[in-house]
Amino acid sequence: MTIDKGQMRKVIFASSVGTLIEWYDFYIFGSLAPIIAAQFFPKSDPTAALLSTLATFAAGFIVRPFGALVFGRLGDKVGRKYTFLLTLVLMGGSTFAIGLVPGYETIGFAAPIIVLMLRLLQGLALGGEYGGAATYVAEHAPEHKRGAYTSWIQTTATLGLLLSLGIILITRKSMASDPMDSIRAFEDWGWRIPFWFSVVLVGMSIYIRLKMHESPLFMRLKTSGKTSTNPIRESLMKRSNLKMVLLALFGATMGQGVVWYTGQFYAQTFLENACKIDFEQTRTILIWAIVFATPLFIVFGSWSDRVGRKWIIMSGLLLAIVAYRPIYRTMLDLTDTATSVKDDAKSRIEKVIVPLQGKEYSLQTSTTLHVYQNGIEEKTVSTDTLFNSGAERVQFKPKQFKVLPNNVYWALVALLFIQIVFVTMVYGPIAAFLVEIFPTKIRYTSMSLPYHLGNGVFGGMTPFIAVLLGTMYTADPLVGLWYPIAVAGICLIIGTIYLSNRIDPNVND
Amino acid sequence: MNAIKKYLGLIWMAIAILSYVVLFQTAMEKIAAKPTADTIIEWSIFAIIFLPIAIGLLIFGWLAWKGDYSQLPLSSEEIED
Repeated sequence: MTIDKGQMRKVIFASSVGTLIEWYDFYIFGSLAPIIAAQFFPKSDPTAALLSTLATFAAGFIVRPFGALVFGRLGDKVGRKYTFLLTLVLMGGSTFAIGLVPGYETIGFAAPIIVLMLRLLQGLALGGEYGGAATYVAEHAPEHKRGAYTSWIQTTATLGLLLSLGIILITRKSMASDPMDSIRAFEDWGWRIPFWFSVVLVGMSIYIRLKMHESPLFMRLKTSGKTSTNPIRESLMKRSNLKMVLLALFGATMGQGVVWYTGQFYAQTFLENACKIDFEQTRTILIWAIVFATPLFIVFGSWSDRVGRKWIIMSGLLLAIVAYRPIYRTMLDLTDTATSVKDDAKSRIEKVIVPLQGKEYSLQTSTTLHVYQNGIEEKTVSTDTLFNSGAERVQFKPKQFKVLPNNVYWALVALLFIQIVFVTMVYGPIAAFLVEIFPTKIRYTSMSLPYHLGNGVFGGMTPFIAVLLGTMYTADPLVGLWYPIAVAGICLIIGTIYLSNRIDPNVND
Repeated sequence: MNAIKKYLGLIWMAIAILSYVVLFQTAMEKIAAKPTADTIIEWSIFAIIFLPIAIGLLIFGWLAWKGDYSQLPLSSEEIED
């Protein structure tokens, strides 16, 4: 089956844009986790609030495998096109609705319950999206371009993250002319805008996808009456197929998932919580690293058409295992102020008192600034409530963060870039790899399940387990890395020994 | 290579059982040490979600031990038969 280049471009574009938007929808929740925690999961301890949101985050990932089964079955029975249209509508609707839910202060306990339900719906929709898009593109692609064309789908997860970070940063800065007022307004209600923005993106994507045709391979199966009657049973109960589902999970997607989430999520959490880097710098460091590394998805996807998928994926795993601890050690050392000398001449304290109209108190923001000889500025911002009577003073927990000089900033961009290069190696060729090992009639179901178990469960749990390990073994700030290293290690051994490097010449069967 | 694949199957089965026992024990210890809703929910999620995965690894090891991975299918017909 071959189609001309123009049509192929349309197929890739329509599939990729929809998938990118689904990732965007899914990630804005994760990126806004601390704000969502304050709005919907009130707790006196911010760490507990963050953990509860991460649990919600994980719940989103845990339902992904169910989405893979539900929508995979639909895609193998009804068709690829209508199934991934449905997932898009479901995802867009839940994302928009999250932006509308009143906070805990307004409707009480109903607020976190509604948000949790909508988050679960997002996970379900995402579980059905990726397999459909990857299958759809692969079933249009010629044999020698399967890796190259499906790698466009592989860029969408990273670009979705990039879009979510970008929209959040722009919104956060545009709420008011004064930067502090802008941040306050964003944390109060402006965080809802990225969720509402989703409706515009989803509307555009639905329009584009409606114009697409069904996959030609699926149509051929359907017209000849050879579609599967029970794709889930055929995928999981037939020994010959189950063994391939298990091999795909333990020999490829499990390791790929932890490398993906370490490079793009744990790295961000680590910069913010362990290195104490400023919110905005943490995001822009990740944005630059993503921008520089994203073209490599296409490079490794295309290269896999020539040398096979296996060894590129295995090399990515090996490099990640070897390099993670030195990379994170360097990240800590670069941002360390304990060993640097404080420049007292540049240190200062600034206090701003803002009287609030109609209130009996004013807000005092104190910023203590310490400048170190390595160029790092350490800021401690505390907000106090000063009552006009002078009798009481309420203090909030101070926020401490570091602002990096250019040389340290770009060194961190380079360290994150290296981690995302590992991501592009393990993730770029994986769609082609998964498509090739399963037959057309149960492909959607069979490839979606190991993908979402590997990414959703093993990968999605990475930030959560890493934070948990950090609270259990406080002496080692890098202890959280043992989880991705161990999972990637087992996956590397299984993949190296059991997987074949053969490129399937025929996915029409 | 097929002999290595086969005997490693025993290791995968052992890892599946051991890792789940360790996870389950840790969950029990953590819940007993701090029986709050947060702790119970977190560790219950771990225990529930990793159970089918541990079973999957056990089946993978068993299939490897039985020699199912000695020859991977070259076409979909081999999977469908």
